Amino acid sequence: MAAFKININGKTETVDVDPQTPLLWVLRDHLKLVGTKYGCGIAQCGACTVHLNGSAVRSCQLPISAVQENQVTTIEGLSENGDHPVQQAWLEVDVPQCGYCQAGQIMTASALLKENPNPNDEDIETAMNGNICRCGTYTRIKAAIKTAASKTQSA
Amino acid sequence: MKTIKTGIGRRSFIKSVSLAGGGLVIGFNWMACKRAVEAENKNVALEMPEEWFELNGYLKVGDNGVVTIYSPNPEIGQNVKTSMPMIVAEELDVDWKNVVVEQAPLNTDVFSRQLAGGSQSIRQGWETLRMAGATARQMLLMAAADQLQVPIEELSVEKGIISHKNSDKSIGFGEVAAAASKLEVPEEVQLKDKKDFSIIGTSRKNVDAKKIVTGKPLYGLDTYEDGMLIAMIVQPPAFGKRLKSFDAESIKDMPGIVDVVELETFKEDYKRSAFDIDAFDKLVVVVGKSTWEVMNAKKALKVEWEESPDIIHDMEIFGREMTVNHPKGLENTDGHKKMMEQIASKGTKIEVVREDGSPKKAFKNAAKTVERSYYAPFLAHNCMEPMNFFADVTDEKATLIGPIQTPEFMERSVSERLGMPKEKIDIQMTRMGGGFGRRLYGHFVTEAAALSQKLKAPVKLVYTREDDMAFGTYRPSYHVHYKAALDENNNLVGFHVRAGGIPESPLFSNRFPAGAVDNYLAESWTIDSNITTGAFRAPRSNFIAGAEQSFLDEVAEAAGKDPIDFRLDLLKKAKENPVGEKNDYEPERYAGVLELVRKRSNWDTGSTGKNRGVAAYYCHNSYVAHVLDLSLKNEGVSIENVYCAIDCGIVVNPDAATNMAEGGSIDGIGSAMYGEISFDKGVPQQNNFDNYRMIRHSEAPKNIDVAFVQNDTDPTGMGEPPFPPVMGALANALYKATGKRFYSQPFIKELNEYNENKVLKS
Repeated sequence: MAAFKININGKTETVDVDPQTPLLWVLRDHLKLVGTKYGCGIAQCGACTVHLNGSAVRSCQLPISAVQENQVTTIEGLSENGDHPVQQAWLEVDVPQCGYCQAGQIMTASALLKENPNPNDEDIETAMNGNICRCGTYTRIKAAIKTAASKTQSA
Repeated sequence: MKTIKTGIGRRSFIKSVSLAGGGLVIGFNWMACKRAVEAENKNVALEMPEEWFELNGYLKVGDNGVVTIYSPNPEIGQNVKTSMPMIVAEELDVDWKNVVVEQAPLNTDVFSRQLAGGSQSIRQGWETLRMAGATARQMLLMAAADQLQVPIEELSVEKGIISHKNSDKSIGFGEVAAAASKLEVPEEVQLKDKKDFSIIGTSRKNVDAKKIVTGKPLYGLDTYEDGMLIAMIVQPPAFGKRLKSFDAESIKDMPGIVDVVELETFKEDYKRSAFDIDAFDKLVVVVGKSTWEVMNAKKALKVEWEESPDIIHDMEIFGREMTVNHPKGLENTDGHKKMMEQIASKGTKIEVVREDGSPKKAFKNAAKTVERSYYAPFLAHNCMEPMNFFADVTDEKATLIGPIQTPEFMERSVSERLGMPKEKIDIQMTRMGGGFGRRLYGHFVTEAAALSQKLKAPVKLVYTREDDMAFGTYRPSYHVHYKAALDENNNLVGFHVRAGGIPESPLFSNRFPAGAVDNYLAESWTIDSNITTGAFRAPRSNFIAGAEQSFLDEVAEAAGKDPIDFRLDLLKKAKENPVGEKNDYEPERYAGVLELVRKRSNWDTGSTGKNRGVAAYYCHNSYVAHVLDLSLKNEGVSIENVYCAIDCGIVVNPDAATNMAEGGSIDGIGSAMYGEISFDKGVPQQNNFDNYRMIRHSEAPKNIDVAFVQNDTDPTGMGEPPFPPVMGALANALYKATGKRFYSQPFIKELNEYNENKVLKS
């Protein structure tokens, strides 16, 4: 066990855990930030996606000891009132079915748009291919990303 | 308008129940303090009333006119948590903006059939939900008539406001709620004319959407209670094996580990119900303080396994006594396939289920025959949220929280397992990260409950992805052999289906093309296995639809007919001159979806140059047809268009139903193209998403067009029907692209063979 100071959603949190503990379980078990989901534990499904300095990473494969000074953003911290353009687009298109994977999808999508504000279909497919949606909302996710892109462009 | 009796078999409408301090009030109070204040479902914060008045078990009205509607059925992503309350709101005539939706807990005093399965929530809830709204509306009207001192006949309601026709008097629901709640429930109420619906048939957003996109706790796995322990199972590595011994000391000193125990899911003499399936009789459970610590200890635990003997379970399946055999041995997929092919070709141990005319003669005199076999492997449900449940069992009560499709069944299972009366068991349903049939089987609920009882502590039992995927309860493996006889005019005069599987047959002997062919033979067979299986989205249909529609495509080709015309001709015969009396479909509605998909896909003039396949199927009381266009790309396929035409009667929430149909189509393509659980010496060869291939973004169709047949038939199934037929459309389109028929799932293997042969030839 060791104490780690990490920056999550603009706040500094201290946790006393095994250094190998994946960020995912620190978020869920220790900080009760349960929006980040467990899906596979081996970085194959994307349900656990968070931002590390704005880039999408799989928190199930990121040991807490590796987080260090980097800024972690989870779905809870993506926007203050749930009004990030990607979240708004998700509501507008009414994307979710079961909804379990959607936080991860949103985190990957928002990181994509930050890097590439106007992605084409292929860009979207490439960026999103690591996020599984078992319910099959892929076409809606693509539509929502385009909606969010147009919102950001016109804003 | 339709007048209906409110009382028949509906305990929820007896006011004394809803007002007395029974389970209902306790249950609802829990929900109220936990969630009502949030009221986020319209992305607008509603001001909460100071006081609520329950008019019946389905709803309560606040003194400010805000209405809480309880959604009775479990939500697995099929949208019932939005669409069921919409039906109540419709008859209540409340403004949807002023509705707060809450998930009801299990409460058999108030609700019936709190189950997510068989695509029946809306169909079977339809009348009750309407009655709940209409009854409350009537009581509010009665109270308003009294308060305004006018005859009730002169009152009308719009969006929660009651107005007097002959004056400018009006009064809101909130102002009469208190008085209404004191009234007797009327014996009869009138339901609206369907043409007057203003909520049903209009698209309303998912009531949980805001919580989903902001990461609020919603799912079973998000349950964290004070003092809660985390538990994980260690299960045999192979079907056909069982626990011999384990060394608890090997991990007891690891950080965060509290206990290591042996656990039986069910008591030995327990008579299991349809949903009490477990792969292994005993598990080892590792209990600790945090997930990561338990995961590590679980991997380090020293366990010995041994081969299991034959296992026989006496079960009671929906009132029917059945014996289920799990023979000993370590099974292999190759062995399974050989056995299936052998039975199918030899015809031994086969049951004739239906025979019309003289199939033997028809095949003897046929001008042409077509004969083909189809196969599909076991599939894992792979809900994104792995199996889990929270349990807090004390001597006084059991509180159980989590994702379960069959809470009422599990109440009995838990009661028997704990030796605790049902009245002391409180089951609360969380939103589920997928169901697909997997969470009908709640062994994890009894496991969590038994564990909490043993440990005398609140505990959350969590399956890892590997535990989840390797635990069984799979979609069975299926095989079907078809034979068709054509006469000299290319009419289908004989049809023979011989279907079987491990451990169940996928046969529906009374479905199309039964009824459309004079000489028809349907046969069935099964093979026992120790690999456990369960219902998987559209059970049996999820294989037989694709196989049958693929076979009919080949028969149509042999007959030199357009595949849609060929099917329509058969359906015309089934309508005008049906063979047999037990046919389980309406030919006209069947033809209706084919006609609609033909129009939407521009089939007649727009098919040239496209690799296009069509299929249609009936299941769960609904009709669905698909047309699918694809092209070959980088050794794989690119699905360009999917057209999906549906007849499920009245569509309660059209955009949500469209979402469901899009998802069902994608799920169907993914399952048929990539899905497989195979076995080597009883060991499942896939246990996570690195070796179980799931359909991903780039493999999903570029465009999906969903259209509904417009009619005012009461709603039928929607969650399952759009899943099975797309597999047939996919197989038929693959044929167009490659010139080769696809008979064996997952199709990616046959496609890889095709690509390899092409390389060899070039």
